[in-house]
Amino acid sequence: MSTTAEPERRDVLVCIKRTPAVGARIALTDDGLAIDTRHLGFTMGPHEECAVEEAVRIAESHRAAGGTARVTVLTVGPPDAAEQLRYAISMGADEGVLVEVPTEELDPEPTAASILAGLRSAPDTRYDLLLFGTDSAVAGNAQAGIRVACALGLPMVAGVKGIRFDDSGLELRRGTPAGIEIYRVPLPAAVGVKEGINVPRYPAVTGRMRARKAPLRTVPGEPAAGGLRTVALRRPREDRPETVVLGSGAAAAPAVVDVLAELGVV
Amino acid sequence: MLLVLIDTEADGTPGPGTGDVLAVAHATGLAVEVVTTGAVPDGLAVRRVHRLRHDLLTDHAPEALGEALVQLLAAVHPAGLLAAATERGDEVLAQTAARAGLPLATRCLALCPGEPWSLTRVRSGGVLLEDAELTAPVVLATVAPGAAASGSASAPAASASASEAPAPAPDVVEFVPELDPVLARTRVVERVPRAEGVSLATAPVVVSGGRGVGSADGYAVLEELAALLGGAVGCSRVATNNGWRSHSDQVGLTGTQIAPDLYIACGISGATQHWVGCMNARTILAINIDAEAPMVTRATYAVLGDLHEVLPAVIEEIRARSGTVDRPDPVPVGVADR
Ligand SMILES: Cc1cc2nc3c(=O)[nH]c(=O)nc-3n(C[C@H](O)[C@H](O)[C@H](O)COP(=O)(O)OP(=O)(O)OC[C@H]3O[C@@H](n4cnc5c(N)ncnc54)[C@H](O)[C@@H]3O)c2cc1C
Ligand SMILES: Nc1ncnc2c1ncn2[C@@H]1O[C@H](COP(=O)(O)O)[C@@H](O)[C@H]1O
Repeated sequence: MSTTAEPERRDVLVCIKRTPAVGARIALTDDGLAIDTRHLGFTMGPHEECAVEEAVRIAESHRAAGGTARVTVLTVGPPDAAEQLRYAISMGADEGVLVEVPTEELDPEPTAASILAGLRSAPDTRYDLLLFGTDSAVAGNAQAGIRVACALGLPMVAGVKGIRFDDSGLELRRGTPAGIEIYRVPLPAAVGVKEGINVPRYPAVTGRMRARKAPLRTVPGEPAAGGLRTVALRRPREDRPETVVLGSGAAAAPAVVDVLAELGVV
Repeated sequence: MLLVLIDTEADGTPGPGTGDVLAVAHATGLAVEVVTTGAVPDGLAVRRVHRLRHDLLTDHAPEALGEALVQLLAAVHPAGLLAAATERGDEVLAQTAARAGLPLATRCLALCPGEPWSLTRVRSGGVLLEDAELTAPVVLATVAPGAAASGSASAPAASASASEAPAPAPDVVEFVPELDPVLARTRVVERVPRAEGVSLATAPVVVSGGRGVGSADGYAVLEELAALLGGAVGCSRVATNNGWRSHSDQVGLTGTQIAPDLYIACGISGATQHWVGCMNARTILAINIDAEAPMVTRATYAVLGDLHEVLPAVIEEIRARSGTVDRPDPVPVGVADR
């Protein structure tokens, strides 16, 4: 990856992860090592969906201003993860890279190593901006993006809810309990995006047609184990009392207000 | 010895999660020393504080701080380094891990030294726990909020030593890292303070609405009830994605995780990712047409029915009860306070 920025071209990479779309109760496999996905659909994490949307908007506005732009989505996962790449393409991304590894779930270090392997597989491609989710949906290790950025020597800010291009690079906004923090980083840069930065679009029919036919590049990953190893997943104990049903419809109002009074909020 | 990175607020108090990370650190049985870039808060039951001193570290600067911590690890050789699993803590320890080529376990509830170390970490916001092993020359981990109370950390030893006679003031050792000026590129350059008002994160009562509310306008009645109860309005991700509410109102895994005294969930099914945002509420009242919705079966109280009928009736009842005292002229429902 070379890092010279040409103003007339903008290349954005978004890294996304295939994760099970878990419902209200999470079932585990018999060995306790994974979520039982036999009855589940798959999705990408919400932060990553926002990262794809942000990349597509950046490309759209750059094209509207007369430049050229390209959005590449990359995932490290099993062949089925192509589904998430195609979804991102249906949202407006241009191309997909599947870095193939045998398992659904890799630890953070091999995940970062595999993303880097994906980047090395196209040595002539340079990216102005690498977008990640601040953390992935189920594993939530909060580190794959930072590891990749660090290996590439790129500046990285996570938790970002606002990206604006300016003369010197990027202006990034991040929320804290006290307000908003602003960062200014030079390009090329990496950013960990948080849900709330935008509202992701629903793919249009034309996008879905395009995505179905879009070619995906597949390259091998580097799944060798890192220093963190999952031994088992389990559900925490839940001790909630039985629900007290206060009534039905408008007729329940007096009982509700009795409870509010008891709790001291009215 | 374990190092614990703590954030210090502008007013000198320890940042969020400090109690949890210290409890989990003490529960390992190892000696604990603190690292900070700011003032040293009072009452820390540790014998030594390492204060990082550098011009690049005067405000949040994830890359510079990550690099400074790598140098501190090389200088003092601790068994590990812990931080609170806040957005900042996770980010800084990931920078440290990446730069030092070490593994990192984020959002831990408990850590047990050994070969390898064993740990329990939170997944999906807390509806799943992961038991894991960490093999590393230096253990890096962040500690999830609530870890001290979760019972996973054998906190008694820690709290005993913290609550007995006031701890003697720790030795403060300065550490001046050598930082490449280029790291100034990821540093806070400006701040915009938050507007005043009831904040979702700290409101004692949250009236929250999901798909069942049906439209942006549908939230008027939730706003009205929230105003009557001195609370804030929350919402589910469906509401955010439909553009009915701003994302800053979203409760859940990718929104805000809250612990109000009372959470009123209107037309919210209680999907896992929403539940983890409200499960620490002291009392939950669910209003839903579906008696089988997970929010209903997990709530403290439930009303079965259409929220568009229930909420106006509740508001009317509150006004009727207080009206005789301080509201002789009832304001028409739906127009008040709008
Ligand atoms: C990784 C990930 C992260 C996520 N993060 C979040 C998050 O932070 N927050 C979040 O909320 N979601 C999150 N989600 C989405 C979550 O899985 C659910 O899709 C979402 O919470 C559902 O919102 P809902 O309850 O409003 O809608 P639904 O699940 O559609 O439920 C609507 C409920 O309203 C009831 N209802 C309908 N009409 C009425 C009426 N007139 N009166 C009363 N009740 C009525 C129905 O019976 C139903 O129970 C996340 C998902 C993923 C995959
Ligand atoms: N398997 C993966 N493939 C591609 N990107 C990933 C993968 N895992 C994590 N990432 C990226 O790194 C971010 C942080 O992930 P994590 O460190 O697991 O919390 C995610 O939001 C993604 O952008």
